[in-house]
Amino acid sequence: MANITDIIAGLFPGISVDTPEKSAPVVTVDDSKWHEVAAALRDTKGLQMDYLVTIVGMDWPEGLGCMYYLMSSVTNEIVGVKVLAKGDREQPSITSVADIWKVATLYEREVYDFFGIVFVGNPDMRRLFLSIDWKGYPLRKDYDANPDLNPVSIESERQSDFTSTYSRNADGTLAKEDVRVFQPEDFVVNIGPQHPATHGVLRFRTAIDGEEIKKIDVYMGYIHRGVEKLCEGLTYPQTLHFMDRLDYFSAHNYHHALCLLIEKAAGIEISRRAQVIRVMMDELSRIASHCLFVGTFCMDLGATTMLFYTLRVREQILDIMEKTCGARMTFNYDCIGGVMADLHPDFVKDVKELLAVIPRNVKEYNDLFTGNVVARNRLSGVGILSREDAIGYGVTGPSGRASGWACDMRKLQPYSIYSELQFDEVVATEGDSMARFKCRLDEILQSARILEQLVDNIPDGEYLVKVPKVLKLPQGAWFQVTEGCRGAFGLYLESDGSTKPYRLKIAPPCLPQAAVVDHITRGYKIADLITIGGSMDYIVPDIDR
Amino acid sequence: MEVTTKSMPYEAWKDNEYIEKLVNELRESGTNVVVGSLDKLINWGRSNSIWPLTFATSCCGIEFVSLGAARFDMARFGWEVARSSPRQADFMMVAGTIVHRMVPVFRRLYDQLAEPKYVIACGSCAISGGPFRNSYHVAKGIEDIVPVDVFLPGCPPRPEAMIYGIMQLSRKIKVERFFGGVNRQEKQREFLESHPVEGVED
Repeated sequence: MANITDIIAGLFPGISVDTPEKSAPVVTVDDSKWHEVAAALRDTKGLQMDYLVTIVGMDWPEGLGCMYYLMSSVTNEIVGVKVLAKGDREQPSITSVADIWKVATLYEREVYDFFGIVFVGNPDMRRLFLSIDWKGYPLRKDYDANPDLNPVSIESERQSDFTSTYSRNADGTLAKEDVRVFQPEDFVVNIGPQHPATHGVLRFRTAIDGEEIKKIDVYMGYIHRGVEKLCEGLTYPQTLHFMDRLDYFSAHNYHHALCLLIEKAAGIEISRRAQVIRVMMDELSRIASHCLFVGTFCMDLGATTMLFYTLRVREQILDIMEKTCGARMTFNYDCIGGVMADLHPDFVKDVKELLAVIPRNVKEYNDLFTGNVVARNRLSGVGILSREDAIGYGVTGPSGRASGWACDMRKLQPYSIYSELQFDEVVATEGDSMARFKCRLDEILQSARILEQLVDNIPDGEYLVKVPKVLKLPQGAWFQVTEGCRGAFGLYLESDGSTKPYRLKIAPPCLPQAAVVDHITRGYKIADLITIGGSMDYIVPDIDR
Repeated sequence: MEVTTKSMPYEAWKDNEYIEKLVNELRESGTNVVVGSLDKLINWGRSNSIWPLTFATSCCGIEFVSLGAARFDMARFGWEVARSSPRQADFMMVAGTIVHRMVPVFRRLYDQLAEPKYVIACGSCAISGGPFRNSYHVAKGIEDIVPVDVFLPGCPPRPEAMIYGIMQLSRKIKVERFFGGVNRQEKQREFLESHPVEGVED
């Protein structure tokens, strides 16, 4: 850690680098220097911060601003950068880094949507989740939540064919320029939000040339529920249940992540038994999630029977979870200090039964589908995502690993007991839809391997340690990245010392995966959009939060 | 008259009061034998083949997928023909949160459903906004947007609960009258008149 801060301090004398005890180092940069520093952070040897994990918009008492969290695909170090916005609350602005990290285009739109911070130089400065007529910026602390200002309307939303870019005049004021999203001669087809193959309510405005895709404008927000703002009004234990409802397949994993972060911030040590239970639940979720992926993905391609085969295993896992957690979905099982209830007496027996059938099932899926000539033609060589683009667009999880980027946070940022476990990181190099599909199938086997190591070694002890009834976190900010079922799940928590979070930012893995669809579908046929989108396996409530 | 469906014993239903109320209303308005028999025939057909619209916004949709798969198998009841186009569907299972941006889309989907059409509000989000009720971008229940036939609580409801909910709908269809005094459709027309869609451009 000291190494990184030394390099940064050496590069930019006079820059301030904080090294909080339990989180990544934070560099504070003035906006005038930010673009230069960002380029150096990415390109300097020894830093190579080429993966932008998230941009956290902030409304600090000292003003609006952003926290950028960067990670290196070479050294695996994380660094945070704090930039305060220039200008007053009417028109705050920050220099855009969209030309340095490709995914920043979208992340900056998100911050603009929530905080009204304009990013100077971003080619596409529109609102992301909320309509263009939305009044106010909801995540600002002084947002007026009066429902009369933004009523529920059954009238169709006003839409614009234009987006804006901003530049700075010599006197520091901002100049706005309108740019067309699509050219006037483009033929634009609307796909979604009500479409069976978009896996939820996602909408693609697709410009096509004959059957070939020229450009896709991904339109989100059809299930934007404002979880981050809701969390600011709830106590820490109360915020947990929202994690179940983001990516509902990664319910355990996301719960685990937020519990870890709060425990780290509060300095709570949990028992070994609780850690093992949590990891086992995470891996069971991963198998169930990938099984459903295989089923729905094959169904998108017309192989409906696969859904019945894969849901058989998923139901078996849901039964195991139901016995212990009492629910089939939205378990709310992990809690601060451990887990909510002890394991069901049948748990070990059931998991062993499951492990006995998994290899047979995966072989069956392969026999039925992977070798099928139709599937091969539709998937192999389609939707190729290069390693550089995977990193630039921040595509993590099995989708990123299929492009050759070893980005499994269980290996890179080991948390809980993952550093003691034996498992392989499944990495492919092709980067096409087939590779993404196969990576998930192989991950089922790796998760089963983790379960095999743990199932006979669940230690005795308490499953829930005592935590204060009223939990207050010390002042500070914490950031962590863990592995959900679909990729790197980042969480940023800032506390002002009270019982409620000052800001809880959720950085979901699915948002960049949806953002990259435009890039990887260009030049392919419109029918391939379904297979490519399916193989990215995004979950729309996770994108929109 | 004991209204039931799918060989479910009448006593096993948890809420018979409302269906008895419906039946009484029908009796009071009176009907003749021919029309009544025609209604019976139509309702028998309709209540046994209600086709859902594939419509899911969040978690509840996954339980609906489970409902379609082998274990819960809604094909047993004649509901398995999930249509992706609202023109071909009979009812809409509103599985998930409806947010501001989705409301016009959702309303348009409802308008596109062919008559007779039904709506099941599935899960607490569709009923009231659920855990997201206090959010700035969530509609507080779909009842203000479309008329709802069955409320199906849960977060998400279990597949068994979904079966029960759709069976309730099927039972409701059984006491409908399409000839003579058309009870349900009038209510729907009233609702639509009081909630007009303005400024829709085609």
